[in-house]
Amino acid sequence: MSRTIGAVLRVAVLAALVAFLAAPARFAPLFAPLAPPGAPAIYDQGDLASLAAAHLAIVCCAALASTVVAVGLALFVTRGAGVQFLPLSRALVNFGQTFPPVAVLAIAVPLVGFGEKPTLIALFAYGLLPIFENTLAGIRACPPALLEAASGMGMNGRQRLLGVELPLAMPLILEGVQLSLAVNVGTATIGSTVAAKGLGEVIIAGLLSNNDAFILQGGLATGLMAVLLHEAVALLRRRIR
Amino acid sequence: MISIEGLSKRYGDLTVVDDVSFEVESRTIAVVVGTSGSGKSTLLRMINRLVEPSAGRVLIDGQDVAAEPPHLLRRRIGYAIQGHGLFPHRTVAQNIATVPRLLGWPEQRIGARVAELLELLQLDPGAFAGKYPHQLSGGQQQRVGVARALAGDPKVLLMDEPFGALDPIIRAKAQDELLAIQRRLGITVVLVTHDMDEAFKLGARVAVMSQGRLLQFDRPATLLTRPEDPFVARMTGISDRALKLLSLTSARDAAVADDGPGLGDAPQVAATASLREVLSELVWRGATRATVVDERGQACGSLAIADILAHGRAR
Ligand SMILES: Nc1ncnc2c1ncn2[C@@H]1O[C@H](COP(=O)(O)OP(=O)(O)OP(=O)(O)O)[C@@H](O)[C@H]1O
Ligand SMILES: [Mg+2]
Repeated sequence: MSRTIGAVLRVAVLAALVAFLAAPARFAPLFAPLAPPGAPAIYDQGDLASLAAAHLAIVCCAALASTVVAVGLALFVTRGAGVQFLPLSRALVNFGQTFPPVAVLAIAVPLVGFGEKPTLIALFAYGLLPIFENTLAGIRACPPALLEAASGMGMNGRQRLLGVELPLAMPLILEGVQLSLAVNVGTATIGSTVAAKGLGEVIIAGLLSNNDAFILQGGLATGLMAVLLHEAVALLRRRIR
Repeated sequence: MISIEGLSKRYGDLTVVDDVSFEVESRTIAVVVGTSGSGKSTLLRMINRLVEPSAGRVLIDGQDVAAEPPHLLRRRIGYAIQGHGLFPHRTVAQNIATVPRLLGWPEQRIGARVAELLELLQLDPGAFAGKYPHQLSGGQQQRVGVARALAGDPKVLLMDEPFGALDPIIRAKAQDELLAIQRRLGITVVLVTHDMDEAFKLGARVAVMSQGRLLQFDRPATLLTRPEDPFVARMTGISDRALKLLSLTSARDAAVADDGPGLGDAPQVAATASLREVLSELVWRGATRATVVDERGQACGSLAIADILAHGRAR
């Protein structure tokens, strides 16, 4: 019962977002009360759908990079010679999360220029921690008896990793990815301050022109996207278990 | 044959296994028994090189196990542990198929082998192949663990307290099954336990360990009648050693040919029963003689209470 409700809700959220992005003008009456008199009720300095697509793309690219690096690092520090690098890796990853993304942008722009690149770097660094820690927890939660059985039957290190450790850690790893994605959908809006295309543009335009309708549109679209990404990974998690 | 020669394991200053040597005859079960922390598991793990020895060596059929890469060696040696160690994310069939997969068997042969093993362990393939370990009872999980250990057709099977988590009735059944399977497949088994009764029931030879040292390696009856160390005597149990001795001999082996009729009302006992069970039956019935009957219900001799008592006497 609650599952059906959940599914219906998910579809409703998706439909709302798609409907809004496909033809935002249709929603003008809803937003008009928030716009200053005479100002447009719907963002008109760019195509909302393509902004959303760019936003999604940058978040997903960053998450992919974070996942590859964080999972790789967590695997490295849980075996063999890598163990001694655990404190260092942990410090680095923590630093990536505590260092404000805005500050990352400020440092990255002089190095790589304006646009998507500095944003990608900021999101990548910001998203490492949850994936790293969850992978670590997942790998460590593998019962020693299972690993002993795996070795005892003649699995080598790689077979044990791919056949036992990773599958058992997968639910937790995905949870980390889920967290990282959701946080970064919101964080990605700051990319617009360094000219990366994205939904942040709408919010900033609203701030500059005192147009609450723009701010709400940008915020809502970002929020719905975060919810949908979260649900997409949740679906994947249910699939594998 | 498994030859263990001067095997030692040290962790820093701690000697966990201390210069242990014994030989396990092919197609027999050897049981390693001892108190907790006496080094049994470490000894067992040195056979399949989950632990590398500090000194000494292990030969299987004359071949040093150190001569082969460990993961290849282990695919030839079955390994079953307490709490079964089944992979929770894989079905029963996938669990059993682990070693055949590693060995690169063709899919068809793997399928046939899985079905064969499920039958062997009295698990209906149709009902169990697709189940996940958490859907099984403890006894069923343990049987799948044994099936998985046997899947690669190993000549040698190592078992570390395989029945430790089972209740007494299921445990006795599992022991009987292991004996039957071992005879049927003709494999060599080294089994670790801290249960002396289990050791006596399963082991053709029993190795008694204490604090890393092997105190005695002998037939169960010899451990009872000629313990070489006070600890062995204590482990085997002094208070009921006569009864233990009786439990090592079957009615079939002790029965004497009938010297004519006249035993009509003597209680009947199964040929597979131990003398301990026969004695108990006689005491219970207030009889002095029992007729031994085989699986087909045919009388194959008789047992007088005096004959039974003679079997339990110190030698
Ligand atoms: N990797 C290790 N490092 C240090 N000490 C170890 C290690 N493995 C085992 N030991 C020690 O070696 C001793 C023997 O351990 P082992 O597991 O072989 O005992 P066991 O006879 O199997 O005991 P149990 O019946 O409790 O399973 C114990 O004191 C244990 O603490
Ligand atoms: Mg042990």
